[in-house]
Amino acid sequence: MSTDSTTGARDHARSQVQAATMRIPATPPDVEPSRLMWAESVPAGSYATRVLGRGTRLRLIDPDGGACAHLLLFRSDAPWERLNVADTMKVPWQAYLRAGHPLLSDQGRVLATVVADNSGHHDTLCGMTDAGRAKMLLAAIKHGLDMRDVGPSVSLFKGVRVDDDGTLGFTGSAGPGAAVDLLIHLPVTVALVNAAHPLDPDPALTGLDVLAWRAGEQLTTPVNNDPEYLRALFNTESTWAAAQTSEAFQ
Amino acid sequence: MTTTELTIIGDEVVAACAPWSAIVSTGQTVQIIDLLGNQAVDTLLYGVSGDRVDHTLRYSAQATIAVQRNIFLSTGSVLRAANGTPLMTIVADDVGNHDTIAGACSKESNTLRYGHHTVHQHACAENFLAEGAKWGLGKPDIVSNINFFMNVPVESNGTLGIVDGLSAPGKSLTLRAECDTLVLVSNCPQINNPCNGFNPTPVRMVISTQ
Repeated sequence: MSTDSTTGARDHARSQVQAATMRIPATPPDVEPSRLMWAESVPAGSYATRVLGRGTRLRLIDPDGGACAHLLLFRSDAPWERLNVADTMKVPWQAYLRAGHPLLSDQGRVLATVVADNSGHHDTLCGMTDAGRAKMLLAAIKHGLDMRDVGPSVSLFKGVRVDDDGTLGFTGSAGPGAAVDLLIHLPVTVALVNAAHPLDPDPALTGLDVLAWRAGEQLTTPVNNDPEYLRALFNTESTWAAAQTSEAFQ
Repeated sequence: MTTTELTIIGDEVVAACAPWSAIVSTGQTVQIIDLLGNQAVDTLLYGVSGDRVDHTLRYSAQATIAVQRNIFLSTGSVLRAANGTPLMTIVADDVGNHDTIAGACSKESNTLRYGHHTVHQHACAENFLAEGAKWGLGKPDIVSNINFFMNVPVESNGTLGIVDGLSAPGKSLTLRAECDTLVLVSNCPQINNPCNGFNPTPVRMVISTQ
């Protein structure tokens, strides 16, 4: 096809999609298709961002066993409030993410809760490589943020464990098909980078699937009954309610 | 054979619960002395270019941990920025391990950890914000910090927590600047856990040059 004229170039550009293939993760069987808000596959080395509303359920899937999802969260209505990885470990008295674990902001609120996890191979200690951080910076800049906002991150689908003497051991992937579900408690900007884990001796990166759907009713039931978690929910819900206009309650 | 003469160029006592900051130039050292024992010294580091703080070259707990493949800081630990740049090195340590995973206390996280009655107690995040503002640093610049003299074990099932400290009166550690570095400190005011022995006390900061 000739591209020596605007008409030819336009025809060429418009024809490309006919031959293209693109992976789109399937809607989960228990999710009403009209509630699905996001379905995207993030190739190795790439990134994705999205603003997600309260009550969204975000599912990250490692279909082929080689993904590593580096995650940052910012309140989309107040982006100076962001994921605090230290509080996310310290407040629940637990360094290892699993179902029931809150992802806390620096203002004592729950941005998201891990509500399902069949991987158990995650890391909150090591952050990203230079390549991963470069992608995360792009994600941040697109939301009006900058280098200063790219703080400590969470890594999903590649695990690290701490020995008694503090030494880190890399436990790698749980294998193909691992999935993690996050329940979103406040409007957040999600930034995801699918890039190598810094301790991975042989990163054979594969794609990361992302799905999100409305699951608002789940916000009314605490995911765990730890006093720290219940107080974080109180801070979250009271802050959200206070910021609504009175019409929202009519 | 030559001997190294150290010249003290700064010697200050940081009052209990107070913030402190200073620029330590390349090759200079800062000794942090735990005067009365078991006093957490929350610390952040930023590179300095000329007389300006470099917002992009700040301490990264995650990079520091990943490179040394250990969560504890002690003699030989290189305190790095996110891109791996060494900011400071621990060149002497009387204690053995220091925390860099548990972050700083804040009024907001105190409400989760201890209850809403603690919300108006002083906290390290307040010190970092107030002292950092003197250098043009704002909230986005505040990241996971070092907690010198704070003891945070991680058990095999992932349980972690701030437990009784390993320090004692007069114990100290010494940091050498690998580049011109702003050292931003909160002498931790926390009274609800053992990080300060439930009694915040002063620490001493001695800056020396060769």
